[in-house]
Amino acid sequence: MPVQPTILGDHGIMTINRRKFLKKSAVVGATGLAAPYFFTRTVQAADEIEVGVLFSLTGGLSIIEKSLADATNMAIDEINAEGGVMGKMIKPIVEDGASDPKTYNEKASKLVIRDRVPTVFGSYTSASRKAVLPVFEKRRNLYFYPTYYEGFECSKNVIYTGAVPNQQLSNFIPWIVSNLGKKKFFIVGSNYIYPREMAKVSKILIEQQGAEWIADEYLELGHSEWGAMVKKIKDSGCDVVLSNVVGDSVVAFYREFKNQGLTHDTLPICATVTSEIEIAAMGAEFAVDSFTSFPYFQAIDTDRNQAFIERYRKYVNDPKAVTHHALESSYFQVYLWKQALEKSGEATPDAIREGVRGQVFDAPNGTVTIHSENLHTYLTPRIAQWGSDGQGTIIDEYDSPTMPLPYVAYGETEDNLFCTAQGLDTTKL
Amino acid sequence: MADVIFIGLSLSSILLLIALGLTITYGAMGVINMAHGELVMIGAYTAVMSGIYLGANLFVALPLAFIVAAGLGLLIERLVIRHLYGRILDTLLATWGIAILLQQAIRLEFGLTFFDINIEGLGPGLQNVAIPSFLNQPWMIGDFTVQPYRSFIILLTLALTAVTWFLLYRTSLGVQVRAIMRNPDMAAACGIDVKRVSAYTFAYGSGLAGVAGVMLAGFKTVSPDMGSSLVVEGFLVVVVGGVGSLLGTVASAGLLGQVNGLFATWTNDILASAVVFGLVILIIMWRPQGLFSFKGR
Repeated sequence: MPVQPTILGDHGIMTINRRKFLKKSAVVGATGLAAPYFFTRTVQAADEIEVGVLFSLTGGLSIIEKSLADATNMAIDEINAEGGVMGKMIKPIVEDGASDPKTYNEKASKLVIRDRVPTVFGSYTSASRKAVLPVFEKRRNLYFYPTYYEGFECSKNVIYTGAVPNQQLSNFIPWIVSNLGKKKFFIVGSNYIYPREMAKVSKILIEQQGAEWIADEYLELGHSEWGAMVKKIKDSGCDVVLSNVVGDSVVAFYREFKNQGLTHDTLPICATVTSEIEIAAMGAEFAVDSFTSFPYFQAIDTDRNQAFIERYRKYVNDPKAVTHHALESSYFQVYLWKQALEKSGEATPDAIREGVRGQVFDAPNGTVTIHSENLHTYLTPRIAQWGSDGQGTIIDEYDSPTMPLPYVAYGETEDNLFCTAQGLDTTKL
Repeated sequence: MADVIFIGLSLSSILLLIALGLTITYGAMGVINMAHGELVMIGAYTAVMSGIYLGANLFVALPLAFIVAAGLGLLIERLVIRHLYGRILDTLLATWGIAILLQQAIRLEFGLTFFDINIEGLGPGLQNVAIPSFLNQPWMIGDFTVQPYRSFIILLTLALTAVTWFLLYRTSLGVQVRAIMRNPDMAAACGIDVKRVSAYTFAYGSGLAGVAGVMLAGFKTVSPDMGSSLVVEGFLVVVVGGVGSLLGTVASAGLLGQVNGLFATWTNDILASAVVFGLVILIIMWRPQGLFSFKGR
């Protein structure tokens, strides 16, 4: 909390400085129209680099997005404490997306057009990302997006550092079939694009494994009356539930599941969205023995991750704060951005994008690499089983990071990329 | 089939639980109380806080939430609504403002976050309430699964409805309330202290909202904005049932809950809510005054 007012306050001063410069530039006036542009650049180049930080600090999504903003600011503060990037301080301009895609669009325009930042870090939901995408594509700016998402996007103006479906599912489904011995999947999700695309990928994988899916059902986003759906699950004869349920519906779902007498040891919920934050919200006893697939869990037992958790808890001044996948991506993507800047030596969106291709960083979850073609991130798939303390036990993980394939639902493979540096090859769709 | 009816019954009982308080404040007093959902939310937070600070379980939280919400209701009545009787649209705006105030009070922990003081259990985050373990261990009668928690909600709702009916139809206070419902001026002329009775009625309706909050906290997440969607469902039930009619509210909650449950099981939940809204529109077109109603005010 105390961080934001300071940032906003500093920014106020910054704007005044810039106005003075603009006035001077108008007085000097010799270079005509190019002058304001030229002078803003010099202001930035002098001592600091401004970046946008755009998450919802108010509204329904603020619970999760606030933690992403905190992780982003923490990375920025850490980098600044170690001398910044190329000898310059990073100055975050924090804007509030207010859990509303339209507000997201307006704030993104403000950051890109008025503040002329070379990069914005932001968004949690796909809806907000889709809302800001036109701004970044039209203005040729750069957006760093930290959340796992449904794929099916190929933009040279977005760096995606969260998981795509193949990094959450291509390990998960075969593991469920072979290790848990489950054959009949009940797919359930919230009714919007992410769960529907996840279901599409799941079905391909389920059929490849020789298993079957017996239902694919959706509940309205934010809906919390699960009585009828859980009864359907119970009567369906399935032996595993694949959940792409999102938000606080997750909590009501797990609670109703237990209330109707279903248990995770005979009929486990295998989830792609249920993270530490949802487990804490529902009360750990409702999720005991269920599974989740993510590249990052708070339970990852490395010194690097333990130190990260400790630093985060100190930063947000909450000794019980939990870390989760999107939060970790929000953190390490700032470092990837820093490395890209150092490589290209220039704080422009184009230079940063070229610099970030193939960039490697040792994140709390392990080594992450930006794919040089599709600008998504190599991540290590992991599966955790939840315990009574609200933490996962990692019971399966890949030895090395998996290549991100945003079009896997449409037949994309590692040897046949749909999304390349030249853009999306639509003939392959 | 018994399962489906049980789901419908459970949905009905939740609707009725929320609408019961509303039917009194809206029906009896002509106040469109947009803050009703927030009183439910306050009830839920009472359960959360009493769990954290008193180690109390759900059963202790029930009367506690009634007292807290009723007290708050009394305060709202005294400070705001008292001055707005007879101005139905103004009560809508004013109580909407109160709703936002209450939400922000919880979110900002009564403003203490500005001083870097955090109260556990408040704030913008999601909270949850533990359910006593015997209430989430289902048992079987033949093929039929008895869900203790939902059964408990149904029983509690029935009990509260009975108490409300008794208060309205078998006590002298109830006679006064019903007199005010029909015609407040005439009631005052007969020597009824309209202001005092109205204040008690409003407090009682608010208290019921608090109880609903505790029960909802058992299967939903508790968050500052949980109330805003509830008030819509509550008004649907009250308007369909007929303003001011206890019997109408019970009937419409039963009808809408069962329809929702049936369609959710036969098709899916998304279609079911569409069917429910469609049904509400049809009923309102057919009987604008609701299923059961009388002329008054």
